[in-house]
Amino acid sequence: MSTTAVHSLWTTAAEPLDKIPAPHIEYAQLAPTLIVVGAAILGVLVEAFVPRKSRHYTQVFLAVVALTAAFAAVVGLAVGGYGTTKAHIAAMGAIAVDGPALFLQGTILLASLVAVFTFAERRLDPAAHGKRVDSFAAQAASVPGSDSEKAAVKAGFTTTEVFPLALFAVAGMLVFPAANDLLTLFIALEVFSLPLYLLCALARRKRLMSQEAAVKYFLLGAFSSAFLLFGIALLYGYAGSVSYARIADVVDGTVQTIDPALAGTMGNDALLLIGGALILTGMLFKVGAVPFHMWTPDVYQGAPTPITGFMAAATKVAAFGALLRLLYVVLPGLRWDWRPVMWAIAIVTMLGGAIVAITQTDIKRLLAYSSIAHAGFILAGVIAVTPDGVSSVLFYLLAYSFVTIGAFAVVTLVRDAGGEATHLSKWAGLGRRSPLVAAVFAVFLLAFAGIPLTSGFSGKFAVFRAAAEGGAGALVVVGVISSAIAAFFYIRVIVLMFFSEPKPEGPTVAVPSPLTTTTIAVGVAVTLVLGVAPQYFLDLAGQASVFVR
Amino acid sequence: MSFPLLTATAALPALGAIATAAVPAGRRTAAKWLALLVSLGTLVLAAVIAVRFEPGGDRYQLTESHAWIADFGVRYELGVDGIAVALIALTAVLIPVIILAGWHDADPLETDSQRWRPTQGFFALILSVEAMVILSFEATDVFLFYILFEAMLIPMYFLIGGFGDRAAPARQGAAATGGGEENAAAQRSYAAVKFLLYNLAGGLIMLAAVIGLYVVAGNFSLTEIAEARANGTLEMATNTERLLFLGFFFAFAVKAPLWPLHTWLPNAMGESTAPVAVLITAVVDKVGTFAMLRFCLGLFPEASEWATPVILALALISIVYGALLAVGQRDIKRLIAYASISHFGFIIMGIFAMTTQGQAGATLYMVNHGISTAALMLVAGFLISRRGSRLIADYGGVQKVAPILAGTFLIGGLATLSLPGLAPFVSEFLVLVGTFARYPVVGVIATLGIVLAALYTLVLYQRTMTGPVKEEVRTLPDLRLRELVVVTPLIALLIFLGVYPKPLTDIVNPAVEHTMSDVQKKDPQPEVEAAK
Repeated sequence: MSTTAVHSLWTTAAEPLDKIPAPHIEYAQLAPTLIVVGAAILGVLVEAFVPRKSRHYTQVFLAVVALTAAFAAVVGLAVGGYGTTKAHIAAMGAIAVDGPALFLQGTILLASLVAVFTFAERRLDPAAHGKRVDSFAAQAASVPGSDSEKAAVKAGFTTTEVFPLALFAVAGMLVFPAANDLLTLFIALEVFSLPLYLLCALARRKRLMSQEAAVKYFLLGAFSSAFLLFGIALLYGYAGSVSYARIADVVDGTVQTIDPALAGTMGNDALLLIGGALILTGMLFKVGAVPFHMWTPDVYQGAPTPITGFMAAATKVAAFGALLRLLYVVLPGLRWDWRPVMWAIAIVTMLGGAIVAITQTDIKRLLAYSSIAHAGFILAGVIAVTPDGVSSVLFYLLAYSFVTIGAFAVVTLVRDAGGEATHLSKWAGLGRRSPLVAAVFAVFLLAFAGIPLTSGFSGKFAVFRAAAEGGAGALVVVGVISSAIAAFFYIRVIVLMFFSEPKPEGPTVAVPSPLTTTTIAVGVAVTLVLGVAPQYFLDLAGQASVFVR
Repeated sequence: MSFPLLTATAALPALGAIATAAVPAGRRTAAKWLALLVSLGTLVLAAVIAVRFEPGGDRYQLTESHAWIADFGVRYELGVDGIAVALIALTAVLIPVIILAGWHDADPLETDSQRWRPTQGFFALILSVEAMVILSFEATDVFLFYILFEAMLIPMYFLIGGFGDRAAPARQGAAATGGGEENAAAQRSYAAVKFLLYNLAGGLIMLAAVIGLYVVAGNFSLTEIAEARANGTLEMATNTERLLFLGFFFAFAVKAPLWPLHTWLPNAMGESTAPVAVLITAVVDKVGTFAMLRFCLGLFPEASEWATPVILALALISIVYGALLAVGQRDIKRLIAYASISHFGFIIMGIFAMTTQGQAGATLYMVNHGISTAALMLVAGFLISRRGSRLIADYGGVQKVAPILAGTFLIGGLATLSLPGLAPFVSEFLVLVGTFARYPVVGVIATLGIVLAALYTLVLYQRTMTGPVKEEVRTLPDLRLRELVVVTPLIALLIFLGVYPKPLTDIVNPAVEHTMSDVQKKDPQPEVEAAK
């Protein structure tokens, strides 16, 4: 037997190279993501080559320009009709360019832009050794309390890596709601999750708590990624493809060509149901729905507050976007199976978040539980399975992200000797000392509570209406009840700020630079505009509510 | 396009509120005058509405309609009927009085920081409440009304929680609550939270009903829905209609307030300053009873009829229970609060008696109760600020020391017990006659309320104003000029409307006829011309 023949037992000759089809990538339509990724990579290079003292400004400039340009690209695509008539699937079936994707990408980019302003804030923390510092650790690698930490602080180091990290996270978030196959979905999830784990660990003060939060987030996040991945494997086993459209066809039974392998697996409902459930679990972890919410309060509390605001807003937008696409594009044929489950989850999430929040004494934990309750409200809209359901969720996410970022930005202002004064008892009488800051925070709280004339009310009305029209009247009643419960703890904070006597040793309100002021002002403006005149944005969400398949 | 009079009437105080809030910290007096002038300007606009309104004309007049949130089927639709005109006028009359009565209630304490501007805040909040109340009387879009109904809670909440009785706080706190100043602040904060949570819970239940209404009807226009119901294009299943009715009624009953949802009112009125207490009971609570007439009867006539027996029973309980508890009160402000609960029972009874007289009487009752309670409460407030105590037992023989104060207090009290010749008599009589025509037993039991009213007002007067002069009371000054200016127009109105209620009945009666046709009810006996 000749050597060639033996060899051919376990190898085949490679196809000639020129036969591999070059992937066809629509670069223009992926521009938002590409701009952000490019800027993130540039940011890494900046870390390597730009002198330390000008890094901060370079990074801030780069991040702001990149996010603005990416937003402009999204607007350009939307104006070009890619959200409606020209919606299609790009990058060899990996990415959907359609209304929901563009709307969510726009929301994520805007929210990230204002969040980046709070990252760059350097006037709140007292200057360390004559140098202005931000809310991030001087040197993340130094052990808390060690000499190397002291040396880093003394040298005036700052962790300017937060900007490229945040840009990477944003890039992942941009892809997550647009992913059109399960592998892209998973990669996007990891791309935005890993930088977030890191960012959570970077607090300048209370570093141990911050690192604890990061570890918890990482462990639970890795766990949920595993769920997601296992679900993907099972769904692939069921449908023989990771493409959304293909899986949907198999689920619906409208698939055109059935090869023998598919014929063997597509009857196996166990693969489909378990796979779908596991993927949903992974998603619900990211949106922070009960019972997958355990990480939320710890992570929100421990992470540096600007990161918390960014994460609370942008992650939620991205994750709900992906959840919507999964439920509306891949698994609508399965809705009789997942709707009851999601009903139950929405109910426990709304009630659980609202009830547990009542007992909280830390403002960041309180906002964390409130975000859980809000996830429940959004789920009520998700369940509708109507175009109104999609548009109401899109609108809610837009409204919610700006309230959240604004609220956390206010939290960064209230300080005492130990950094941010997040314990509620320290907020007593804030309204008498700093009426403006307290009034702004009260606006955000009222929006969280869903009081009319704020964006919170418009959003809540939209999702509840969609739910009611989708036949989930009972869900609306539960939602209304949990709103009433939730109102109690928002009001409690207002009482504390305005009707309690200020304590002599109470915190002071730091005067922020124009950066944080912009963030808060944008938050208030969006909150009021979406509350009083939401029509334009509802129209926009309405036009953007059709998924491409 | 004609001048948007209704919008302007609400926009003026709204803009005034913003302007008042923006007055710099050092210019307190300017803020007060600005607020007063704005409220007087609003009164002028309200008067123009009353003049331009033609009682015999269309049901809703001076209408305005603009696109607002098309996605929710919501339009910015305004229009007034006679009932709304009467209540807008009441609001516009009472707000300047309230502002003047609360002239010094929000002066900053010396301990306050320089940036804390309570005076500006106080008057801006009052004006913003006025704007929202007026607009809610004008709204003919259910969603618009709902938004205002909820949003007005926020300024009210700050008014109750943020501004307590300032006069001699230590003494007052010690006497009224058995604790120090801190305790008084805690009580006030409790009252404010209780007010907000009760009303917010009611409002959120209503939100579910509002969403339900949208799902059933597809839009929020009061006129369109009523028309569609009348000509049969919009069918509602009996159960749906009843559930929606209950959702709406619950919110209004909390606001009104109706037994057993009334418990927030004595706290809120007791802990807030007298002008704010007047704002609660005489102005804001009227939105609840007004909304029962306009929305409960207008949108859900059959369900309203279905619920009538229960509601009448609750109203009766309110009348008797409120009056009985008023008799037993030791605190002047809480006494007036319980008296108000009794009176709101009468108003709700009149509305659901489903007779022309009953409903016309109920509308007049809203106006007259507003004026008489304002008179009684504000004079009581003047008295309390002089002595620094809300307890009846701390007074005695005031009429010998301060005869004008005692005299105006007496007139307010007599109006509260519906003495013939004063305005509330007309309305109470109409409500009772209207109720008796359809439900004789209910009417008879309700008269108990009048007897008890005589008891609690006269006993209150007797204990505080007559008898031997108490030592602490001996030096109390009589009413000052500002206080006289506050009380005089109220007393003048009480007497004028008591003797000659025709201007009011003329604009109210046609509106009531419309409401009666909504519920397709005829008066049980041969048509009696109401209120001649």
